[in-house]
Amino acid sequence: MEKTIQNIKSIPETKISVAKNLKYLVVGTIFGIVFVKAEIISWFRIQEMFRFTSFHMYGVIGTAVVVGIISVQLIKRLNIKTISGEKISIPDKVFNKGQIYGGLLFGFGWALTGACPGPLFAQIGAGFGVVAVSLLSAIAGTWVYGYFSEKLPK
Amino acid sequence: MLELIRHPWHWSVAGFLIGLTVPALLILGNKTFGISSNLRHICAMCVPANIPFFKYDWKKEAWNLFFIAGVVLGGFIANHFLSNPDAMVIAEKTKEQLASEGITQFSNLLPTDLFSFESLFSLRGFIFIVVGGFLVGFGTRWAGGCTSGHAIMGLSNLQLPSLVATICFMVGGILMTWLGIPFLLSL
Repeated sequence: MEKTIQNIKSIPETKISVAKNLKYLVVGTIFGIVFVKAEIISWFRIQEMFRFTSFHMYGVIGTAVVVGIISVQLIKRLNIKTISGEKISIPDKVFNKGQIYGGLLFGFGWALTGACPGPLFAQIGAGFGVVAVSLLSAIAGTWVYGYFSEKLPK
Repeated sequence: MLELIRHPWHWSVAGFLIGLTVPALLILGNKTFGISSNLRHICAMCVPANIPFFKYDWKKEAWNLFFIAGVVLGGFIANHFLSNPDAMVIAEKTKEQLASEGITQFSNLLPTDLFSFESLFSLRGFIFIVVGGFLVGFGTRWAGGCTSGHAIMGLSNLQLPSLVATICFMVGGILMTWLGIPFLLSL
């Protein structure tokens, strides 16, 4: 019990500001609209990708990566700052075996649900109520991972 | 104009806008794009259960929760005000294969014979909806990211671990599609 109290104390109190976060809500909204309008949330489009019967998803992801690479390079080379004048820093990803094992497991789930985490949220917004069950299950999956994380190979 | 927006968007338009999310989040507040982290934040917020993996200040990552709230809102707006007046167009070959494996409905974004509350209580529906969802949550966290964090953000920043992860996402999906789904659809 004492230990728990100490742990709670060790986490500093952070206040969530709605005003400061509103801009992310706006970016998310645009993102959600794109997801639905380009049918990225469609189970059929994901099936077409994995069955190699349509170029659509490869086009979407490929274009996004190209635009992303150019943007990141421009930010780095031109030393572009954030709107509040901060230097932009992107943490490097560190390789571990989880990217292989976890990656494969996520691939299985992606094919079954036809959705990665982003589309899960957009599908719920678009009125596919049963996907809320998939989302709850995904949260449970994350929780179970957290529970066993120290025992899993990394 | 509205008529144009209502029809399904070309992949280049969607890819361009999704790609722009990367610099938008960086410039707005030094945030790196990644959606699956939110599943962890939700665990840390609601059921941390004294697990070390969930003991961190999730409130510092609240921006991302606002972002996904936006994604839900965007899904709602697109479906209610900008919805496609026509039936979904699916490649003939996909339709043929899926029909032979037992899918009967092709007009919506999701096959409603598989993704519905009635289907949830069948073994087939349970596997696609619940087991699938579980694998998405478990796998993305173990991999340290999903399609957004690794395939888009990570590759945009030329990260080798993200390339490994993206290849594994694709291999997993292809294996499940070709070896698992034909059997699972027959259940």
